[in-house]
Amino acid sequence: MAKKRMAVNVEDLTVAYNEKPVLWDIDMAVPKGILLAVVGPNGAGKSTLIKTILGLIKPAAGTVEIFGASYKQQQHLVGYVPQRGSVDWDFPTNALDVVMMGLYGKLGWLRRPGKEEKKLAMEALEKVGMSHFAHRQISQLSGGQQQRVFLARALVQDAMVYFMDEPFVGVDATTEKAIITLLQDLRKRGKTVIVVHHDLETLKSYYDWAMLLNVRRIALGPVKKVITPKNLEQTYGGRAPFLAAKSQND
Amino acid sequence: MLSPQAEILILAAIVAVACGLPGVFLVLRRMSLMSDAISHSILLGIVLAFFIIRDVSSPFLIIGAALVGVLTVILTELLKKTGKMKEDASIGLVFPALFSIGVILISKFAGNVHIDSDAVLLGEIGLAPFNRLLINGIDLGPVSWWIMGSVLLLNLIFIIVFYKELKLATFDSALAVSLGFSPAIIHYALMALVSITAVGAFDSVGSILVVALIIAPPSAAFLLTSRLHSMIYVSALIGIISSVSGFYLARIFDASIAGSMAMMSGIFFLAALLFAPGSGLIAKLITHRNRRYEFALSMLAVHLLAHEGTRKETEENTFTNSLIHMRWPKRFAEKVISKSVKEGLIVDDGKLLRLTDFGRSTARKVMTL
Repeated sequence: MAKKRMAVNVEDLTVAYNEKPVLWDIDMAVPKGILLAVVGPNGAGKSTLIKTILGLIKPAAGTVEIFGASYKQQQHLVGYVPQRGSVDWDFPTNALDVVMMGLYGKLGWLRRPGKEEKKLAMEALEKVGMSHFAHRQISQLSGGQQQRVFLARALVQDAMVYFMDEPFVGVDATTEKAIITLLQDLRKRGKTVIVVHHDLETLKSYYDWAMLLNVRRIALGPVKKVITPKNLEQTYGGRAPFLAAKSQND
Repeated sequence: MLSPQAEILILAAIVAVACGLPGVFLVLRRMSLMSDAISHSILLGIVLAFFIIRDVSSPFLIIGAALVGVLTVILTELLKKTGKMKEDASIGLVFPALFSIGVILISKFAGNVHIDSDAVLLGEIGLAPFNRLLINGIDLGPVSWWIMGSVLLLNLIFIIVFYKELKLATFDSALAVSLGFSPAIIHYALMALVSITAVGAFDSVGSILVVALIIAPPSAAFLLTSRLHSMIYVSALIGIISSVSGFYLARIFDASIAGSMAMMSGIFFLAALLFAPGSGLIAKLITHRNRRYEFALSMLAVHLLAHEGTRKETEENTFTNSLIHMRWPKRFAEKVISKSVKEGLIVDDGKLLRLTDFGRSTARKVMTL
């Protein structure tokens, strides 16, 4: 496949903290229009991989391309949902305002969000079923509702590639279903969605591609092809995969 | 012409608002203590700048202070990054070192210059009206009005212009980076502003009390508001009220003006902590109390329902038993029973506690939950 048509192309990516490698020589070519789960045990470097692609962490070596160009050039094509726990939900603001933050990138420095941005943000909240909570202070929202707000913030970015860091952690079953429906919907519209995922049991029903990661890339491809006992063994070590999945859901 | 008293009051209000503006963001970024560090270490910046310029009143001293303020932040972050120190210890290690170098330099080389440590620590706002800005013989008011007025203006402009960026970088710096902003620039600009504010304000209120005005009004406002812009307004308002009431308090007790201002800001914070609607301690206490009674009422109803019509009813469904069975203190049990009667859940015939129909349906509802 031609390199240009890859939504995300990572080559020889190595990331180290204090000379200790957390990601070793990762190659990752993700075609356009797929829903990809990145799975692996704790400390496998899943979040680090996403953060490095998004320029939040400087790699020791390697290159990252989004649709054939550097992240900086293509940043307007990328949407990001950080881990819910990475922000302070006591921050004095409401759901609508958080969603509007997704549009700050398009506004650039200095320009203020206005009516148009408000409208777009309301529409995004509508899509995640949160329009009733638009003016609710974010600390008053449940975990699932907060995650929906984050998702709406990514939707409003109207990106081509989405990166989501553990969107299912600490959310209720209804929210999980709503989120996965939305992600599958994005893929149907030709978007590429890359999700850090924990639950191996839902892997096959949720995603069409999977990447098995444990510091090194173990496998990348269609779920049915890469989720093999041998690959799982290699990713999770001696532990049975269902045990690994279970302990991470605790 | 304004009276000296009015001049001091206006200056106090300007100082309070100027401190509160960056303070809001420090509090939200959990960096309040950095204001303490910066307000001390800037002394070194002032002294070093003085050695180069040799003029105590030069505005370049402020730039020296701002640079050392940012240096304090950078050194703290470097120390934390080694992974051997936590943030609080890093702050505590860096600023006394810089401050002490400043103190040593003053005592050794600038003993005859008017930068004395009392003024640094406490300031003297009462003297402000004596130092006037005269241009071509025209009196333009106290010099400190112009210094703090400029600082206030600078802070205002920064926050108005970069409001969106400040909000994003404070709430979610990872998203800010991924959207192409530079939270680092915002971060260090904010730290430079804190340094400039501290250096401008320490002349009036001293380096320790400046910390009170940077942290207390925004912290109180945080408890009282739910939107960033209202937190900024309320913080400014509390700052002004603290400084004005502090001034009059000082007059009444013939005490330090700066000290009284800082104390009032603390009192207003305490008031917010206690009385904030919904989130305040007293509101929480009332909710907790109400919940305790509500729970006790349903517990009693469920207990009565369980033993209603049984052989043990005469033994179980009595006031004495409610004391033993529920382990309630006597006064609490009396209150619960009188409340239950009042709400129509039970009837107390002196011997037995009997459920009403309403009480029965309530008890059943509770049990299905």
